[in-house]
Amino acid sequence: MSIETIRQPRPKSAGAVRFSGFLWRLPWLRPLLLLTPPLAWFVVIYFASLALLLISAFWTINPFTTQVVQQWNLDNFRIILTDSTYWTIIGRTVLTASLVTITDAVLAFPLAYYMARVASRRVQTLLFAAVLLPLWASYLARVYAWILILNHDGLLNWSLHSIGLPPANIGYTNTAMWLVFSYIWLPFMIIPTYAALERVPESLLDAAADLGARRWRTVRDVVLPLALPGVVAGSIFTFSLTLGDYITPILVGGANSNFIGNVVYANIGIANNVPFAAALTTVPVAIMVVYLTIAYKLGAFEAL
Amino acid sequence: MTNAAKVPALKLEAVRKHFGHVAVVDGIDLLVERGEFFTLVGPSGSGKTTLLRLIAGFERPDSGRIELAGRDVTSIPPYQRETNTVFQDYALFPHMSVADNIGYGLRIKGVARQTRDKRVQNALDMVRLSGLGGRRPNQLSGGQRQRVALARAVVNEPEVLLLDEPLGALDLKLRQEMQIELKQIQKEVGITFVYVTHDQEEALTMSDRVAVMSSGRIQQIGTPVEVYEQPATEFVADFIGISNILLRDGVRFVVRPEKIRMLAEGEPADVGMTVEPGRVAQVVYAGMTTRYIVHLDRGEQLVAVRQNMDAQDNAQKFEGQPVRLAWTSDHTYVLGKGEVDSR
Repeated sequence: MSIETIRQPRPKSAGAVRFSGFLWRLPWLRPLLLLTPPLAWFVVIYFASLALLLISAFWTINPFTTQVVQQWNLDNFRIILTDSTYWTIIGRTVLTASLVTITDAVLAFPLAYYMARVASRRVQTLLFAAVLLPLWASYLARVYAWILILNHDGLLNWSLHSIGLPPANIGYTNTAMWLVFSYIWLPFMIIPTYAALERVPESLLDAAADLGARRWRTVRDVVLPLALPGVVAGSIFTFSLTLGDYITPILVGGANSNFIGNVVYANIGIANNVPFAAALTTVPVAIMVVYLTIAYKLGAFEAL
Repeated sequence: MTNAAKVPALKLEAVRKHFGHVAVVDGIDLLVERGEFFTLVGPSGSGKTTLLRLIAGFERPDSGRIELAGRDVTSIPPYQRETNTVFQDYALFPHMSVADNIGYGLRIKGVARQTRDKRVQNALDMVRLSGLGGRRPNQLSGGQRQRVALARAVVNEPEVLLLDEPLGALDLKLRQEMQIELKQIQKEVGITFVYVTHDQEEALTMSDRVAVMSSGRIQQIGTPVEVYEQPATEFVADFIGISNILLRDGVRFVVRPEKIRMLAEGEPADVGMTVEPGRVAQVVYAGMTTRYIVHLDRGEQLVAVRQNMDAQDNAQKFEGQPVRLAWTSDHTYVLGKGEVDSR
């Protein structure tokens, strides 16, 4: 056959050639083009709104007109720091977030370990699907499902009754909140823990056994320290997601289940006191800054 | 225990291991003496690493028996065996310092801190890493990590030290240095070494005895000289050294390349030498030596090696030229008939 039948790559247009040559000659241009849209988003939308939030926290409102008064003062922060109500709410939020994080870490570790190091490829895929599937359902649907379980006439009490035990009656309590949060954020702990455990080379476990360590000793001395960054990375999710939530406290919490988010919500929606809400919002931001600093020191960001 | 010296350090009896339908280790019998440097050599997939893992206890044999210093350890887990392993990827704990890595085995055994520190220090000195105990493994070079892995195993004074291609990741120069050093350390500490490698030269250089493995079986056990000079099977002849196998009058035999003489034009062969004509197909210059790949007129191909005594600028001129090769029957080794490719 003639040479024409050989498939030639389609010739690029002169413009395309000139452009790629241009990029090649100016190596800084390519990353600039790649980074401009996300950076613009980040700076304009994210940082600007955060800055606005921080600034408005130092404003106040006219109590009669509820108009924002752009006058610098520390009143909002003074109220938060001196009123014990807010301390109680902040304490409850942080305590719940901590308990949820610990619960999830304890629940996630064995499952993640099984997925990463024991399960066959098939079982692993199935478990992955099982872990991620709830994330496809609406958050609200999942919380409502828990209401059906924890209700006075719910599945839990019914089950307890049918085996002859007294009812638990934990619906609309802080315990219910802890349960629901732990359930909802569990996948966010499992995935990073799994990723960290999967990266531990098999030979390290062999080496520990070879040097005389039994299974538990190996887990304590080798597996846990190496998986810790993954667990801490997961805890960033579980902790911060709980810290900022205000829907679950409304739906499954009781009379004394207000979170920081609920107070913020009330101040924006009902009291129309946006400066105070902004001031209150800086509290979880400050807590997360401290938390992330500790996580950074523990090497959590190397595992992301 | 007056006859302790007579008990072999390691004894394997009919050890078998299957992965699925594949017999990776297919009935191995082995005796390794105390203080011996014993090498398992074979191509990848020959089962040598699996055999090592069976000895260490990371894998359990399907059948057979493993004895360490006279004690049956077949069903004993690795953490209770008197073996220690130097892993191919070193398997150093990245979150522990070099000293903590080396002292880990002693810590588990409950050796007191002072004794432990002293033994770790000695081990560091032995592998010439004194002063690096405080470093993390990732702050060391490949060669240094290899030494730490060795120290971490040796410091426990195991009955048998298992080494799984420990020099595989090092460059040639460093590898050759470490070969000599390993051998020296082995003599110094007197521990039995069972060494796995696919590098036949490494096996010949370091070992007291070599077992050549293929398809899960041992083809031949012997000293390096025996294995090289008197290969038991065609596989061994081929794997250890260059394959120079000829079939003449119904007899298959090996001629090692360095034992073949290339006769100059008109040069008479010595009395008793076999001479065969051929043509040089290729000349390969390799620094210390030059290899001549010769197609014999009778059909086979032989490799002949010459030391580069003088500058070999003109070696290439032999390419395509007729040549006569000569060897004495003393330098040939007849291969067993039945053992060749019986499978």
